[in-house]
Amino acid sequence: MPPKPLPLATPTSRPFWEGLRQGEVRLQRCEACSAWVFYPRTNCPACLSPKLAWQTVAGTGRLHAFTLARVPTAPFFADELPQKLALVELDEGVRIPSTLVGIEEEAIEIGMRLVPVFEKTEGGEGVLLRFTKADAG
Amino acid sequence: MGLAGQAAIVGIADWKPERKYAGEPRFTIEQYAELARLALEDAGIEAGEVDGLVTARIGESSNFMPATVAEYCGFAVNFAELVDLGGANAVGMVWRAAAAIELGLANVVVCAIPARPTPQRPGASREPDPRWFFGASSPEYGSPQAEFEIPYGHLAQNAGYALIAQRYAAVHGYDARAMAKIAVDQRTNACANPDAIFFGQPLSIDDVLASKLVADPLRLLEIVMPVHGGHAVVVAGRERARRTRHRPVFVRGCGEHLAIKSPANARDLLATPVGPASESAFRMANVRRDEIDLACLYDCYTITVLLTLEDAGFCKKGQGLDFVRDHDLTYRGDFPLNTHGGQLSYGQAGGAGGMSQVGEAVRQIRHAAGARQLDRCDVAFVSGTGGVMSEQSALVLRGE
Repeated sequence: MPPKPLPLATPTSRPFWEGLRQGEVRLQRCEACSAWVFYPRTNCPACLSPKLAWQTVAGTGRLHAFTLARVPTAPFFADELPQKLALVELDEGVRIPSTLVGIEEEAIEIGMRLVPVFEKTEGGEGVLLRFTKADAG
Repeated sequence: MGLAGQAAIVGIADWKPERKYAGEPRFTIEQYAELARLALEDAGIEAGEVDGLVTARIGESSNFMPATVAEYCGFAVNFAELVDLGGANAVGMVWRAAAAIELGLANVVVCAIPARPTPQRPGASREPDPRWFFGASSPEYGSPQAEFEIPYGHLAQNAGYALIAQRYAAVHGYDARAMAKIAVDQRTNACANPDAIFFGQPLSIDDVLASKLVADPLRLLEIVMPVHGGHAVVVAGRERARRTRHRPVFVRGCGEHLAIKSPANARDLLATPVGPASESAFRMANVRRDEIDLACLYDCYTITVLLTLEDAGFCKKGQGLDFVRDHDLTYRGDFPLNTHGGQLSYGQAGGAGGMSQVGEAVRQIRHAAGARQLDRCDVAFVSGTGGVMSEQSALVLRGE
């Protein structure tokens, strides 16, 4: 089996991955229309302005949708079953595909508060952005 | 504005779905030629009259695809198009052909999608190409999916449709039995269609609920089974259509919409592109939803059917499960849906799968659907879906 596919930064996305390596979530924000932008782009998808500035955000949000994949989505992920695939809506409104870690299947609920987890990887950009349940209260 | 209803589907060819990897491998261009021959023969049109061609991707060339196919088939055309809309290809091809005909560019247009096995280069590895694992997701460098989705395991189709279904459940509620009924009613239809891959294998709601959970809440029998096959249609101008072998099926309305490649980037996961696509098709055709005799809704998953029933306007948002419970969706029922069995029970021949639904609408309107024939079928609605609810197209067809 080939190794798991890992991200490869582009000149446009490099600040995002650099942020993760430093334990920060960075998003682009459009200086023309104020839209938050994810994934990183050269032009704002709301107004096409090329003036996008990086900002560090808390990385907190809510679970927008999830599934528990009980058949691996590709053979590389056979060791993660069930894959806790999540679509996370950050407080800024952007949605990030990720996975949930450190949480039991039964405890997963759409709408639950989530916080980022910076998971080190061998290879790729050295870190992946996963999410877990925010502390109660 | 819009189509004036001056083009009709006059020929169809459907290769009976076969289990993978049955059948003699043939190159895609060879399959195009044979599908075109069959569809033209069905129409009663000579190959020399073809002056338009719409193709999907082919295996033997990475570019200049329509020219490669035209040359192989011996077609000299005034309109050539490669359509790249995944499962929405069939519907997208038919309206492009009709539009080209109404513009006066062409008069006989062949649209085909082959999906039989192709030969391997002698000496090539028998190992599966790892690219197949990625399905609709692109692993290429610079692809947003390669960078932000695939490393997390968000790839291919099952997980994306499951995310949408879970979101639906959280917002509108869920009824696994009603979802299963979509697959069961379509299986009843397949049992009246000897060409369907699951002909002779009836299914119950309990069977669906007992099938393997693949990605919550979707179970195996709610997910389409890939098969081999292939389909083609011939679209011709009104005057030419009158001199063909069957009742012409006119393309009265069409629509298409897309905004995203991945559902992660959908503004609203539950507002699917078939909304604007179907609105355009019905308005153009000047047909009301309740005037439809047959709905052929793209059904890669049960959730696709549920959302299409709602977003195409057959019921209100959030009431799709009630609609499924309240209606008999079989060929004997009050809302006939996918009377050939749908792709779920007829089989999905790769990217050609959606063309089985165009073919079924044509057959029903011709009154040539055998045991599953509807008493009355003049007007049909057909939808196509590509990727993970990323692109959707719609047609309103009418027999004259």
